Amino acid sequence: MTCPPDSVALPGGSERSAADLQRRTLAPFGRRRAEVLDVRPVGAYLVVAVADPVAVFPRPGQFYMLASAERWGGGESERPFLPRAFSVMRVGPTTSDTPVLEFMLEDVGPGTRRLAELQAGERLWLAGPLGLGFELPPPSVPVVLVAGGVGLAPLVMLDDLFEDQGRERQALVGFRDGAHAAGSELIRAPQVSTDDGSVGRRGLVTEALDAVLSTETGAWVYACGPPPMLEGVRRLSAGHQVRCQLALEAGMACGFGACFGCVIATRQGYRRVCVDGPVFDARELETVLVSGHDGHPRSAARHA
Amino acid sequence: MPEAAVATDSRGVSFCGLSLAHPIINGSGTFDVLAARRSFGAAVDAEFPFSAYVSKTITLESRPGNAPPRLWEAPAGLINSIGLPNRGLTGYLDRDLPALASLPVPLITNVMGSTREQFAELVEGVSARPEVSAIELNVSCPNVKTGLDLGAEPAECAGLVAFLRPITAKPLIVKLTPNTADVPAVAQAAEAAGADAVALINTLRATARHPQGSGDWLGGGTGGLSGPAVRAVALAQVGAVAQRVQIPVIGMGGVQNGRHARELLDQGATLVAVGTESFRDPAAGARIAAELAVAGDPGDL
Repeated sequence: MTCPPDSVALPGGSERSAADLQRRTLAPFGRRRAEVLDVRPVGAYLVVAVADPVAVFPRPGQFYMLASAERWGGGESERPFLPRAFSVMRVGPTTSDTPVLEFMLEDVGPGTRRLAELQAGERLWLAGPLGLGFELPPPSVPVVLVAGGVGLAPLVMLDDLFEDQGRERQALVGFRDGAHAAGSELIRAPQVSTDDGSVGRRGLVTEALDAVLSTETGAWVYACGPPPMLEGVRRLSAGHQVRCQLALEAGMACGFGACFGCVIATRQGYRRVCVDGPVFDARELETVLVSGHDGHPRSAARHA
Repeated sequence: MPEAAVATDSRGVSFCGLSLAHPIINGSGTFDVLAARRSFGAAVDAEFPFSAYVSKTITLESRPGNAPPRLWEAPAGLINSIGLPNRGLTGYLDRDLPALASLPVPLITNVMGSTREQFAELVEGVSARPEVSAIELNVSCPNVKTGLDLGAEPAECAGLVAFLRPITAKPLIVKLTPNTADVPAVAQAAEAAGADAVALINTLRATARHPQGSGDWLGGGTGGLSGPAVRAVALAQVGAVAQRVQIPVIGMGGVQNGRHARELLDQGATLVAVGTESFRDPAAGARIAAELAVAGDPGDL
């Protein structure tokens, strides 16, 4: 393992590579209050629409740090304390010059529970857009989107962009059961797999991907989901020798490179998911899975 | 010799010969200006939240840091087990310092060695650079030669500071560890050996069990607790140290607003560092400085 790799920061501070520019919209410095416009259930998920007061538009794959402006803390074990990272799912329709940001969430921990209790009219703290989003494909290469569960979110925004561009693509989406599979309505023309077979084909979304890659050569794969699924996607993409970008999730404290808490082991050493990702080329990773010093698997997303 | 804190205007403060615009700086390892520029662009420098910038810890050789996971959200706080990832002295001098030259505030470089000789090499290296205004010594580590925690023993700490004092004319700040029996005694020993200031508290040693599996959650096994959970401890330790030393004290630990900063100043601190709150609010330092500047009681903001 080597030391953390170079950053693109240079004297003056705003120097960035061309690839970086394509994948990242800079965030206003600090956090801002934003009003919740709407919270609607979609199966087992919630979609929260937020009116960003600043006219800054994210790239697909970028994320925001969210915390409720009131009652953030004081839950079980006096949590949540830190803000939570969410990929932007969609920039919704708006009549103003500032965006409506939609986030997809599932109540799986104290932070997501508090966010799930939000009502229209309440306020959120918002910081972002943060991180490096997806690298867009060259014209005319086949594109496959692969989503697992709430990992659908960043692929919805990518799908919106491809729709605007008139680009062909396939969307493979996997869920554990029918209630979660209702989330597939958020994306166009989903090919659904469920673990229990209650909707779509029974089995893992990676099995569907394997079938697609067996006939589709030269595809670019975009994936987001739980680490075991992403590890499966990484292996398949390597086996089929196709380009693959993985949007990773990691427990974060800050989201802007300050804490060094969200690192993933890459072939170039540890890199911060928040500023060097969250989207990584699958070839950079030996594995998506995180183990502690004892070798036992960890979910990187403990800060739910 | 260090100067006592003198208010230069309503917000300004003099610290070890540096004129700072306000008393709020960052804790080492809690704000990475180079990464922040990648996320926020030039706005970071234009709206820089601190009156001085403290680097994360630099070691002689590069370090990858600890295996993940590195974070655990604790009640009203955070346990981190980062493991001091950095490029090493050469990487810092050659690549980071040129990028830090344009900072709008003085730069304080934090260094850590595991022997006096390593510390000396680090202090010599950064002291030679005009970009560096002061040097902070991270003594929360064992001396590999003596086996003693450099910052845990008054004599060990004094020996280190006395060894380094002749090497640099720049202010030397000792970042004290709270994980020892008598913190004021260590502070007093550092002062007697020639330290220009002390900073406290560092994180409190802490760990977390894996919630489902067995063993520790953190890849590094143990970590350090920070955030509001440690604020009362910081108030007590800063007060106790400030009563025992004449040199300036940088107080920190769980500061979230102007009132918290005011309390540390009232305990005898000259500067207040903000750390974990910057994770929740990247511009927290500027907000806290503004709250502090409000005449009278800034209130529970």
